[in-house]
Amino acid sequence: MKLIVNGKSEVCDEQIMLGELLYLNKIKPDEKGVAVALNEVVVFRAKWSDTIVRDGDRIEIIRATQGG
Amino acid sequence: MEKIITDNLEIAGVRFSSRLILGTARYPNPQIMLDSLEASGTEMVTLSIRRHEVSNYFGESILSIIREKNFHLLPNTAGCFTAKEAILTAELAREALGTNWIKLEVIGDDETLFPDVVELLKAAEELVQKGFTVLPYCNDDPITCRKLQDIGCSAVMPLASPIGSGAGIRNEYNLRIIRDTIQIPMIVDAGIGTASDAAQAMELGADAVLLNTAISCAEHPAMMARAMKLGVEAGRAAFLAGRIPKLLYAERSSPLTGLIGHA
Repeated sequence: MKLIVNGKSEVCDEQIMLGELLYLNKIKPDEKGVAVALNEVVVFRAKWSDTIVRDGDRIEIIRATQGG
Repeated sequence: MEKIITDNLEIAGVRFSSRLILGTARYPNPQIMLDSLEASGTEMVTLSIRRHEVSNYFGESILSIIREKNFHLLPNTAGCFTAKEAILTAELAREALGTNWIKLEVIGDDETLFPDVVELLKAAEELVQKGFTVLPYCNDDPITCRKLQDIGCSAVMPLASPIGSGAGIRNEYNLRIIRDTIQIPMIVDAGIGTASDAAQAMELGADAVLLNTAISCAEHPAMMARAMKLGVEAGRAAFLAGRIPKLLYAERSSPLTGLIGHA
């Protein structure tokens, strides 16, 4: 299946949970300052592990960083 | 003296003793940023929300440094061009940082970085309804500011001049009208170049000043941070003290009587 992760196309061979996708992106479950949206809807941290990612999903993984 | 000592800034029920809010971007390194934040006396700092990159952990270290110092966090929606983008960014910020405070920025183009008023009002209204404490970066337009107040924003943040320009206050008359016509705090945001600009904003009646580049890109950021602290304090004190009106002609200060050489 095809996914759009932070605006870039990614191909995934098999069914994957959002938590696994974040793990592959080196995001720890308890990492501070991070948030995730699936198809423009925020997925709360507690739901990361049991949210299924489907073909064509758009995922945004963000981080709070320096800003003005 | 009592009056000045207890003169706190209050936004959405939260009290601050410092009237200077600082951005955390464009510092030469994290240590200079920390030194500058400390020298400024600020209690509230802004952050941005950006896409995570596997190879980049700099952002995380910035956040952990800032968290250690217990600053009040004010995430922004910088870089958003539409209400839709700004709303999602605010919701991500709330999830990432555990705060419902948001510095709402919806810009119209890349050259001026001026706010898009139509999108800004739309985003502000929806975010207030969703329970956010909204501090909108806006034009120095009294009507826009009044509308943002009526929507339920917790402050208005009119620009002094374009973001990062350091051009100072381009229209002090509009800022005075805004201060006179709204009841919520007015925070002058963007365009402050040096300490006298910050002092001027406070003399006009601003409740606080928000700035970033003027400190982070100064030759000596921590020194400029201290200068800004003093500028804000001096301007605030002068505002409370009540300045004399500007006259066209002289008005002598020494007594007119008892001059030598007169009969």
